[in-house]
Amino acid sequence: MVSGPPLAFLLVFFAAPALIMVLASFRSPGEFGGLAPLVDASGRIDLNVDGYARLVTEPVFAQVFVKSAGYAALTTLVCLLLAYPLATLIARSAKKHRDLLLLLVILPFWSNFLIRIYAWMIILGPNAALARLVNRALAVFGADPVPLLFSAFAVLVCLVYVSLPFMVLPLYANLEKHDRTLLDAAQDLGANAWQRFWRITFPLSLPGVYAGAALVFIPALGVFAIPDILGGPDDTLIGNLIKQQFLETRDWPFGSVLSIVLTAAALALAGGAAWVARRSGGASRA
Amino acid sequence: MRKSGPWLWASALVAYAFLYVPLAIVVVYSFNDSRLNAEWVGFTLDWYRKLAGDGAMTAAAGNSLVIGISASVVSTVLGTMAGVAMHRYRLRVLPLLILAPIAIPEILTGVSLLIFFVMLNVTLGLVSVAIAHITFCIGFVAIVVRARLAGMDETLTEAARDCGASPWNAFRYVTLPLITPGVIAGALMAFTLSIDDFVITFFTAGAGTITLPLQIYSMIKISVTPEVNAVSTLLMLLTLVLIVTAARISPTLLRSTQESTS
Amino acid sequence: MALLDIKGVTRRFGEFTAVDNVSLSVEAGEFFTLLGPSGCGKTTLLRMIAGFDLPDAGSVLLDGEDLAHRPPEARPVRTVFQSYALFPHMTVEGNVAFPLQMAKVPPRDRPQRIAAALEDVRLTGYDKRFPHELSGGQKQRVAVARALVTHPAVLLLDEPLAALDAKLREELQIELINLQKDVGIAFVYVTHDQTEALALSHRIAVMNHGRVEQLDVPSRIYGFPNSRFVADFIGQCNLYSGQVVARDGTIVAIDVPSLGPVRVATRSEPALGSSGTIALRPEQIRIAAGAPADAPGNHYRGTVADLLYMGDVTVYKVETSGGSRIEALLANSQGSGAKFFEVGDQVEMSWPVDAGHFIAE
Repeated sequence: MVSGPPLAFLLVFFAAPALIMVLASFRSPGEFGGLAPLVDASGRIDLNVDGYARLVTEPVFAQVFVKSAGYAALTTLVCLLLAYPLATLIARSAKKHRDLLLLLVILPFWSNFLIRIYAWMIILGPNAALARLVNRALAVFGADPVPLLFSAFAVLVCLVYVSLPFMVLPLYANLEKHDRTLLDAAQDLGANAWQRFWRITFPLSLPGVYAGAALVFIPALGVFAIPDILGGPDDTLIGNLIKQQFLETRDWPFGSVLSIVLTAAALALAGGAAWVARRSGGASRA
Repeated sequence: MRKSGPWLWASALVAYAFLYVPLAIVVVYSFNDSRLNAEWVGFTLDWYRKLAGDGAMTAAAGNSLVIGISASVVSTVLGTMAGVAMHRYRLRVLPLLILAPIAIPEILTGVSLLIFFVMLNVTLGLVSVAIAHITFCIGFVAIVVRARLAGMDETLTEAARDCGASPWNAFRYVTLPLITPGVIAGALMAFTLSIDDFVITFFTAGAGTITLPLQIYSMIKISVTPEVNAVSTLLMLLTLVLIVTAARISPTLLRSTQESTS
Repeated sequence: MALLDIKGVTRRFGEFTAVDNVSLSVEAGEFFTLLGPSGCGKTTLLRMIAGFDLPDAGSVLLDGEDLAHRPPEARPVRTVFQSYALFPHMTVEGNVAFPLQMAKVPPRDRPQRIAAALEDVRLTGYDKRFPHELSGGQKQRVAVARALVTHPAVLLLDEPLAALDAKLREELQIELINLQKDVGIAFVYVTHDQTEALALSHRIAVMNHGRVEQLDVPSRIYGFPNSRFVADFIGQCNLYSGQVVARDGTIVAIDVPSLGPVRVATRSEPALGSSGTIALRPEQIRIAAGAPADAPGNHYRGTVADLLYMGDVTVYKVETSGGSRIEALLANSQGSGAKFFEVGDQVEMSWPVDAGHFIAE
């Protein structure tokens, strides 16, 4: 009854397109781009695994996948390092401040995605203060000037920038629930600050870490706008490839193949994160 | 409350600075009397004036508004229904379909809808973009509404039935008024998400339809002028007002955004 | 014919049987209490009367009509919930008006009925307040007013006083008794507090593990518990179990291990060798320094092992030479409030044969 309309809408506009895309990955590209007819001139159904074969035979695609995974992993790591102190601070602050502090973390997320990318274009631009500072410093050491913009560095910085709130929130949600007296007990038993963090706080925070990692890694894997705007020719990631296939090369079947593989990776990771969360959920409550 | 050492404060401040300085720079340079976003020359409102006179920009803003309103209305209605359904019954399929668009990278939703529309010979335009937006906005509204319902006292619906209210009347007179703040907040959120969306819109807009983010994109790629800063500043202001309003209306909004990340 | 008839009602949740073949009836105008520990099924039974749950077997009849086909909103039964469940977005007036609104009572008739209901619970003048502005006791009264405004046949109350502090609870208990008398509606009251049950009810059904152990007026439940459970649950009780070793007319003697023979007068006729329990209330036991002059009955010597000084009375836990424990209650000195015995004192415990109550097993 009440679940009917939303269910119907999503089945039509989300599930169906997804299935169609799966189908498309087995079809042939049309003469002028797009998809070739399902039933060809001689009346046979034209389905093949050419696209998937290409993935396996041409190493460049595997390289792109690996590169994307690398960027995503690096982003996740940096986000974790930056987010942890922030989440800890918020979790420790007075209740009345927490909502405000959290709001401040979330607000940038609500601003337009492009604006956030554009901001880094300005900051890393060749004429901007930062670039000039860096290059002057490099010149001191006799090194050539390095462009900050249109580089892997720019892509990574921006990736971290847009992903940070997604690491802070789950971490905070987890840290907030920690029993303070555990740390007191540990201190009473002789543990110093680092030991208390590494042996007690961090292990208990793992579910939050995994959740945050999933929320950062998966979108980062499929990102396209950031490398498109801030990246150089070497920074082509899966997202860029997919865009190329659909809007430039117009080889839709192959674009679908790439998308399916990305989706499979995303779902597998999401499922894995959920499984891990369920497993360690019990332990964190001990 | 444990005392937080100076290291903690310092690193947290660095993080906050990292989050806000870039946006601040965009805003500041929108008033900069210089074509290059390099260094401060002088204060001017020229770029805003240029914006007002920019036909392409105003057309794009108009499109974004139309899409935003329609997408937010439809996704709020559908999302509220979904939130109520998910709260009341142990559903399997609906939660997956609702949350999947949010969980997977946007480009996938965009691309699959592109194929879908083209295959059905649907012309890409305002409608296709609106439909695409609704697809991922439903999830956000559903999450907010469900969180609101979860925070509501269950016995209130029973008490209403006990007082002689049919299930529909119980919903209408008791549940609905209590979740309305959440519904409104969800609607505002959906509107914001729609106005700001880039990736999905990029694939489903077709050649003739430009929304504000798409216009900004082409300006960034082709010719960067501080006009982009100006429109960005205005957009940020709009978003800020909308989100703060939503948060004031429904204080649980914050917590449900948190929950949706888990 | 009884007003409310519960016939053979059973309710199971998977493997767990919450209500097990319960039959009882509630008369019009009576204050009926379901009493028992958590999990005994009393709330489940109440919910089945209200209609929020349907029995797996048996039927709930109101005025002879089976209520099974009627959803909660169609039953002339109203509930006062434990958490009051007042609608937070409506004023007191709005809350009390709601049932009238649902019953499609014409708007011009409503103000008068609302005012009457608020007067019954002594909250006249509070109509424009919101629930969050009220104290616990006031909220409870609004809940009662809302439940009574449509003059239901039966009012169900689910531990309504549980969240209130002791003094307020006592005050509201008296108010509830008077209210019930005034409106004359049958109350079905659920509680785990046996003092409350004894104070409020015309009749009590003591429940345990989904079954009714005893259904009777309060004095008989207190004085003549028919099972160990009821004896133990209601008030404090000494329980002595053993085998019947002698019977002389109405007097039965039980051999209680580590205590010896205990004699009790009873109308039941247990066979020799069968098992039984004697229930003895602490206040029925006489505790003195020396042997009492009038001897017939039971008497034992012991040492005061523990005591609980409670201001007006003291509870003495006395240990006999055999190792048995006897709990006795003795009022303290009227003048000074001092207790009469100390730990370690040698005392004589005695009680007549008609003091205890025999429970066959």
